[in-house]
This record gives sequence, structure tokens and C-alpha cells, in this order.
Amino acid sequence: MKTLSSTWKEMKKYRHSYLMIAPYYLPFLVFTVFSVLMAMGLSFSYFNVLETPRLIGWQNYINLFLQDDIFSIAMKNTFLFVAITGPASFILCFFVAWVINEMRPKVRAAITLVFYAPTLAGVSAFAIWKFVFSGSEYGLVNAFLLKAGLLMEPLTYLKDIRFILPILIVVQLWMSLGHSFLAFIAGLQTVDRKLYEAAAVDGVRNRWQELWYITLPVMRPFLLFGAVMQIAQSFGVSAVSINLLGFPTTKYAGRTIVTHLMDYGIIRYEMGYASAIATILFLMQVIFNKTVQRGLKRIGE
Amino acid sequence: MTNRLNRSVGGTLFLLFFLGFLGIFMVIPLVFTISNAFKPLNEFYLFPPKLFVRNPTLTNFTDLKQILANFWIPFTRYLFNSLWVVVLGTGGHVLFVSLAAYPMAKHDFPGKNLLFSITVLALMFSPEVTKIPNFIIMSKLGLIDTYTSMIIPSLVFPLGLFLMKQYMEDLPDSLIESAKCEGASEYAILFRIIIPLVKPALMTIVLFNFTFVWSQTSGEMGGGYIFSEKLKTLPYVLVQITQGGFGSMQVFAWDGIVAVINFLLISIPIAVFLITQSSIVETMATSGIKD
Repeated sequence: MKTLSSTWKEMKKYRHSYLMIAPYYLPFLVFTVFSVLMAMGLSFSYFNVLETPRLIGWQNYINLFLQDDIFSIAMKNTFLFVAITGPASFILCFFVAWVINEMRPKVRAAITLVFYAPTLAGVSAFAIWKFVFSGSEYGLVNAFLLKAGLLMEPLTYLKDIRFILPILIVVQLWMSLGHSFLAFIAGLQTVDRKLYEAAAVDGVRNRWQELWYITLPVMRPFLLFGAVMQIAQSFGVSAVSINLLGFPTTKYAGRTIVTHLMDYGIIRYEMGYASAIATILFLMQVIFNKTVQRGLKRIGE
Repeated sequence: MTNRLNRSVGGTLFLLFFLGFLGIFMVIPLVFTISNAFKPLNEFYLFPPKLFVRNPTLTNFTDLKQILANFWIPFTRYLFNSLWVVVLGTGGHVLFVSLAAYPMAKHDFPGKNLLFSITVLALMFSPEVTKIPNFIIMSKLGLIDTYTSMIIPSLVFPLGLFLMKQYMEDLPDSLIESAKCEGASEYAILFRIIIPLVKPALMTIVLFNFTFVWSQTSGEMGGGYIFSEKLKTLPYVLVQITQGGFGSMQVFAWDGIVAVINFLLISIPIAVFLITQSSIVETMATSGIKD
């Protein structure tokens, strides 16, 4: 049984370690850990920055779930991203990494660049999609459809609620091959070739069986890492909506939890209400992530 | 080339076909981004739009130069701001992460596991969760509208610490033990022995942190802490030009200008990626989350 004083002794022994981690972890604790706790605390208050926060209990949460129709659109859209772009992108990352794994290093590097470049592009990526879906006849999609005779006049895709969600999904997918993609490429390179040779002797007949019985179980730690990244990404979709569709979007059709948070936090200065949204987002991301982790750990068991 | 086992030709063709299809979808917007930057005005209004430029020109670049030259804050100031934030933010991040990752990987101090689980937890949620509290904390500390406010978010970026710690954990303990026997201090061990061995991980966190700083300071929504014209970074100002407003000056950003700006914004992170690519693959090979 460790006593408090022995722990203290232990800690004194490691004072160098604490000194070394301090420059990173002190600001980390303030701007990440304390910050999350502060958001949780503020979520029970009315706070407009000018006056001191006033405690209002669960009122923000009650308003969010019972009164705020736009928040329910935001939730619905975000879940759509979590259900579609998250898994689709996860599979896409793995698929591309797996197909290019046996190619020559130069070819592999070139293909990696092509698929990873949209992630690097950041804000500048949206301008090109604005051009693709432009409402004028010089926009790529319009020009193509007009030329083919499928349209009589150009459509304003980015302002039309019929197209907003599909466009968000496509563009989000396009720029979602990020950290998890790189992790999968690297992870596949570490899989021992001898395992495949041994498996071939044991009767594994084709690449699909090889994938299922050997590659996926060995890749499990990387799949876990990739899932963490993809889930955080798909719950956090916002930049695409803001930059492509404007802020707010037509009839709030492109609203997500994060854009709702920004609307209340940055534009309306209702910090208590925005903090309640942040708290809900935080809890959903962490709980969902932990659940998926548990599921993925079962692969190959 | 490694020997191929169990590979059917049909399967290979199917996979390559699918990969090619995806590749075209990925690459077309990028090709447009590059070729549009070199298009003369009349080629923007061709019907239907052309993927490749016919008569490449540098007018768009000189036009952008003109716009920047007409502004009361010299272009070099924005460039300096960007470099300053990248050097201090990314440089500080790399230094602090190296310092912290070493004890996290190799020492066994009380609280270590708790700290690491919190760091992994921080990978799981969006940075927007802490946006509002951080704004309030920064304003209480008087940091709004300072370089520090742009630097702090990159210092505490959790992915860097995670990757560096995983990478250092794979280094053999015997290296450290023998150095300790010779009486080396912890700092000497870190800077003389560990750091030279973790160069790939250093390059990787440089890239990730750089792209984070680059994109984070470029959007109006992204930065959020900067209001003074003279503190804005180059990507911030360039994005503002494409949106038609440039400080208090209105700019008509025609398609050529927008195209050139996007070309510039995309080529810098890509250049950094090309330099660091092989290190990244080596580093990400230790990124797995062990059960």
C-alpha cells in the first residue's frame, strides 16, 4: 500500500521528469484540460462576455433540445457525416493504402501525395470546389451538364437545399484522407512478409483472405489510431460548410454542430449557450470514440 | 521488389481500376488549382472550362503583386508575421514536445499514465470545443491580438506529443542505461543521444504543426484572436483578398487573383510535405494505439 509520503518521495526522485514535461504540459493543462472544464462550467450559465456569468442551471440544455430547431438540423447533419463520411473515409484511407502497399516506393510516394494533397490544401481547397459547383454557366458541373444537354439553364448548387448535403459529403470525403491515411500507409509497411509466406503454406489462397486473417489483425493498433482521427474529424465538420456554402447556409441546410457553436460563440456572443453546445460535442465525440475503440479491439479475436 | 503471393490478375486489375477512378476524382480539382493560376483572363470564360491552360501567363502573379504593393502595410510585414509565428510556434512545439516526450516514453513517474490518457483523449475531440474558453482565458491574460495568441495553440497541439512519445518508446532502453552509467545527465541523454535518433519524428511533427499553423491562421474563423492589420499572417491576408475585403480597402478579386492565391496557399504546405514525406512514413509506423 502506497502512502502519501512515499508517493511524494517518488515524485521528488523524478523531479527532472516533471521539469522536462512542464513546458509542454503546463500550457496544455491550461488551454486544453482546464478549457474543457471551463466550457462545462459555463454551459450552466448565461454569459455575454460583458456581464459576469449568471448561473441558470440546465436552461441552456433545455433550450437546445426543446426549443432550438436549428440545433436539431445541426445534430441530424452531423450524425449524417459521422455515419457516412467517417466510415467511408476510414475505408477509403485503408483501401488506398492497401492497394499501393506493394507498389514501388517512388510510385507509392507519388500516389500518397495525390491523395494527401487535399488535406494539405486547407482553406485554398474550397475555392476550387466553388468553381466546380459555381452557379454560373462557367462552373464545371454546370458547363458539363449544359454541354451534354441535360440542363437548360445553370443551377445554383451551393444555395439549393437539394444539393447542399450531397456536396458537403463529397467535398468532405475529398479532403479527409489525412493523418489516418498516412498511418495506414506506414503501418502496412511494417507488416512482416514472413507472415504472408507462412499463411500461404497454411492454405490462405487469395489476397482477400490474406487481408482478413493477417493484415487486419496486425494492423489493429493503426486502425485504432485511424478511427480516433476519423471520428474527431467527422464530428467536427465545419470549415467545408462555412467556406463553401457561406455562413449561415440557405435555410440552415448545411448547419453542423460546430458551425452552430461558432454562430453563438463568435457572432452572437452567447458564450453560455455556445459552451453547452461545446460540452455536448465533447461528450459525444469521447463516448462515441471509446465505443468504437472497444469494437475495433475485437478484430481478429 | 518483394515476391508476390496469391495475386490474381483479375483482382489486381479491378483494384487498379478502382484506384485510378478515385485518383482522377482526387486530382482534377488540384490540376485546376494549378493551371488556373496561369490562365489569362479570357481562358477563365471559355465554355466549357478547360482543364489545362492553353497560353500560360504570369499576369495573375504580377496583378497580385500590384494589389499587395498598393497596400499601406508592406507585403514583407505579412511574410515576416507568418515566418515569426511558424518559427516560434512550430519551433517551440518541437522543442517542448521533445522535452516532454522523453520522460513520457522512458521514465516511470507518478501521474504519467494519467497524463498520457488525457493526451490521447485530446486527440478525440474537435479543437472548437475549447475555442470559447480559450478566447476568454487569452483575453484575461491580455493576449488577444498578440503573436502569443497565434503561437499557443500550436504549442499544445496534442498529436505531436503522441507521435513523439510513441516513436521514442521504441528506442532501446540499453542506450539510455549505458549513457547513465557514464554519468550523463537526463538533458545530455535527450539532446546527445535521443534527438539524433528521432529525426524522422521531428520532421513529421514539423510538417503536421506547420500545416496546422498555416491553416489555423488563414481563415477568419480559424484564427479568431487577431484583429490588427499589422499582425495578420500572409495566408490570412491572401484569404481575405479572395473574399473581397482587404483591411479597410475593398479589392475586386477577379478569378485570376483568386487562382494565384490558391496556388500559392497550396504549394507551400505541399513543398514542406515533399521534403518530409519519407520521415513521415517512418514515424507513422509507430503511431498505432496499443491495446
